[in-house]
Amino acid sequence: MALEIIESCVNCYACEPLCQSKAIYEAKPHFLIDASKCTECAGDFADPQCASICPIEGAILDESGVAINPPGSLTGIPVQKLAA
Amino acid sequence: MQLPVINNAASFPHPNPLPEGEGANEALRATSKSSGCSAGSCGSTDDQMSHLPDHIRDKVKNHPCYSEEAHHYFARMHVAVAPACNIQCNYCNRKYDCSNESRPGVVSEVLNPKQAVKKVLAVAATIPQMTVLGIAGPGDALANPARTFATFGALAEQAPDIKLCVSTNGLALPENVEELAKYNIDHVTITINCVDPDVGAQIYPWIFWNNKRIKGREAAEILIAQQQKGLEMLVAKGILVKVNSVMIPGINDKHLEEVSKIVKAKGAFLHNVMPLISEEEHGTYYGLTGQRGPTHEELQALQDACAGDMNMMRHCRQCRADAVGLLGEDRGAEFTLDKIEAMDIDYAAVMKMRAEVHAAINEELESKHKAKAAPKLVSIEGLKKAATRPVLMAVATKGGGVINEHFGHAGEFLIYEASGEGVRFIGHRKTIPYCEGGDTCGDGESALDVTIRELAGCEVVLCSKVGYEPWGPLEAAGIQPNGEHAMEPIEDAVLKVYEEMRAAGKLEAKPETAQKAA
Repeated sequence: MALEIIESCVNCYACEPLCQSKAIYEAKPHFLIDASKCTECAGDFADPQCASICPIEGAILDESGVAINPPGSLTGIPVQKLAA
Repeated sequence: MQLPVINNAASFPHPNPLPEGEGANEALRATSKSSGCSAGSCGSTDDQMSHLPDHIRDKVKNHPCYSEEAHHYFARMHVAVAPACNIQCNYCNRKYDCSNESRPGVVSEVLNPKQAVKKVLAVAATIPQMTVLGIAGPGDALANPARTFATFGALAEQAPDIKLCVSTNGLALPENVEELAKYNIDHVTITINCVDPDVGAQIYPWIFWNNKRIKGREAAEILIAQQQKGLEMLVAKGILVKVNSVMIPGINDKHLEEVSKIVKAKGAFLHNVMPLISEEEHGTYYGLTGQRGPTHEELQALQDACAGDMNMMRHCRQCRADAVGLLGEDRGAEFTLDKIEAMDIDYAAVMKMRAEVHAAINEELESKHKAKAAPKLVSIEGLKKAATRPVLMAVATKGGGVINEHFGHAGEFLIYEASGEGVRFIGHRKTIPYCEGGDTCGDGESALDVTIRELAGCEVVLCSKVGYEPWGPLEAAGIQPNGEHAMEPIEDAVLKVYEEMRAAGKLEAKPETAQKAA
C-alpha cells in the first residue's frame, strides 16, 4: 500500500511537509515516495495529503498505478484542449 | 502668494467638460463625476502618494513597487524560494517555466533560503539602488512558511538596510501575521480578485484547506474570508497593505470597483489593478479556454473608476518571481547560482556604499521636488486659456525620470496623459525593441508593427533618439516621433509638447490621422 510520484512532478515541495509518515523525499529529477513508509494517510486523514495538494494532474499514482488526479480534474481544462 | 503648481492638478476641480468619444476620456469622465478629484485619480504622478500620512510616505518613498516616483530610481528583486502553493488560479499554470516570459509565478531557478540570501547580498552589492527584497512565489510565500521565514530571518540580520516584502494569496495569511511582524516586514501585498464567492468560483478551481482539497464556491468563500481577515489583522498591526487584483473581462471587471471600495475601507493603502495575462501557449485554464485579457483602454477605465475610492497604482510591471533590477528591466541573468557562488561580499562595506548611493538619489529627488514647488505661472495660464482635449504620449526611458532611451532600444514605453489638468502617468506598454526585432516575431508582424499596435491611442512618442526608418510609419500611424527632449525630465517634456500642440491648434478637435484606440 503506497502511492507513487512520477516524472511529471514539478518539484514544488508542497507535498513534502504534509507527509505524516515522512515517506516523501527530495530527489533528482523529482520528489519520490518511499513505498515502505507510505501509508496513504490511512488512519490520519480522509484523503492522502500529497494527492490533495499536488497541483499537477497525473503526477501521483495510487497503488494500482492509476492517477489520483486525472487530466482536467484540477484545472477544469477540457481534456481535448489539454491534448492539443 | 502660494500659487498652485501644475503638478498638483488634483487640487483644482476639472475646469472644463471633457470631450466625448474616446476610451481614455470615458475614464476621465468617470472620475470627474465623483465628488471632485481624489488624489490618486488625476493630476500628476506625485499625487499618488500625496494623501498618505507622513509616516507611510516615509516608508514607501524609496519603494519602487509602491511609489511611482521611486520606480524611476530604485530597484527591487524577488527571490524564488516559495514554490509550493495552496490554491489554484485559472490564470496560472504550475508547470510553466520559461526564461523569455515575464509574468508572476514564472521562474527559472528555485532557490533554498541560503542561496537566496547569498543572491540578495550579491545583488545589493552590484545594484546599490536595490532597496527592496520581495518573496512572491513562484507559488505562495505563506504556503512555504519555513523557507520564506528562514530567508527573511537571515536577511533581517545580515542586510538590515533592505526592506522586506511579501506577496500572498491570503489563504494562510491570518496564521502568519504574528510571524511577519517579527521580521520587521512592513509591506504585504494580498492578491484579492473578488469579495463575492460566485465570482471567486470562476477564478479559483480549488484550495487546500484543513487537510482537504476543496473546490467550487465553498473554496472561494473560505479564501475570501481569509483574505479579508488577514487584511484586517495586518492593518491592525500597522503593516502597510497593498491589494493586487487581476482584471478578468466578463468575470470580475465590474466587481473590482466594489473590491476597491471594500479594501480601501478596511485600510489597504494602495490598489493595483493588473491586466489578465492569458495566451493559449501559457497553458492556463483561461489561456486554453479563450478568456481574453483587457485592452489598454478597459484597464485604464477601470483603474480610473476605482481611483474615485482609492489610491491606484499604475506602474506595476507584473514581475517574475525572480526578477532583479529596476521595474521594467530584468537583470536576473547576471545573478545565476554559479555566478553568485563566485562573488565574495563584505556586506559592511557594501552597506556604506549603498547608503551613499541612496543619499545621492534622495538629494536629487529633493531638489526635483523643490524645483517643482516653484510657481509655473506661464504653463498654468497657457493651459487655462481654452478647453483642450487630453493627449496620450509614449515615453522611452531607462530610469531616472528623464527621456534617455532610443526608440529602437525600448522594450517598453511609459504612457503619460497631458490635459488641461496637468500631466499624469497612465501606465506602461511592452513591446519588442525595434532594433532587436528581426524575424523573431511571428505572423509576419515586424517589431515596428508591434510597437505601433501597442502605442495605439498615443499621438506622440518621446525618446532620446529615433531613426529615419521608423519615422515614416510612426507618422503615418498618427504617432509623432519626437527626439527633441532628450535627457529632459519626462513630465516637463510632456507638458512642453502639449503646449506646442496647443499653440499649433491641435488640441481643439480630434486629429484626422489619430488612430482609433485598439
